[in-house]
Amino acid sequence: MPQLQNLNNNSFRITFPGKPLAVRSALAQMMEQLTALDLSDHDRGNIELVLAEAMNNIVEHAYIDTPDGVVELQITPTYNGLVCHLRDEGVPMPEGKAPNGSPAPLDCNTEELPEGGFGWFLIRDLAHELNYTRISGKNLLSFRISVGAT
Amino acid sequence: MQLETTPRDDALVVTALMDRIDAAIAIQFKDDLRIVTNGEAPRVVLDLSHVDFLDSSGLGAVVAAMKLLAPAQKLELAGLGPNVEKVFRLTRMDSVFTIHSSVDAAFDGVAKAS
Repeated sequence: MPQLQNLNNNSFRITFPGKPLAVRSALAQMMEQLTALDLSDHDRGNIELVLAEAMNNIVEHAYIDTPDGVVELQITPTYNGLVCHLRDEGVPMPEGKAPNGSPAPLDCNTEELPEGGFGWFLIRDLAHELNYTRISGKNLLSFRISVGAT
Repeated sequence: MQLETTPRDDALVVTALMDRIDAAIAIQFKDDLRIVTNGEAPRVVLDLSHVDFLDSSGLGAVVAAMKLLAPAQKLELAGLGPNVEKVFRLTRMDSVFTIHSSVDAAFDGVAKAS
């Protein structure tokens, strides 16, 4: 089961297994915790989407060959949004960089339409100050999601 | 299966009963959609009004399901909530699908072709 803590410095942290249903469960618990911040439905939608994409990427790529991997998510509210840190011990991102998430061309025949590759595009579109580093065998991904913008 | 089908006029309305289409169920959703749409109806209207959350895996499943339809069949979407609509809009997939505000609107001839 995911373990969720409300830290003294008003951060929220959850640790969970790197599996799809655990991502769903951890996300639900984190979104429940974030109700304390009284965010708009729009902001909550953005947060849930970006977190889901980033966490799914860890399960599907970093931990593709690791059945018992662990993911840690920490969220710190700041004056201009939520700063999110994700940590895992899976394989590094390709070429040591977070993907650009370039949109695939859609002006093609139906059978050629892309079925994937949207995840990083959405993360890049909705998150700010995204940073990826590899330290001591761990992937550290951080980004900020704006809240309260009109 | 969390899909409900209802014939309506020349179309098949497929109602997604789950509240999330995410990475955990995307493959199941795609497979189920392929099973229920394996018919003759020229139009398939996918009612997403019960779905509060869809991620890129769910989007990929909808696209994959469309590609698996018979050449004479067309997949249309209806009843997208704000979080679902956002994913289609940001990825510009709203330009690929005919999207109706509701299932009823899909049969009113007032499609919001976007």
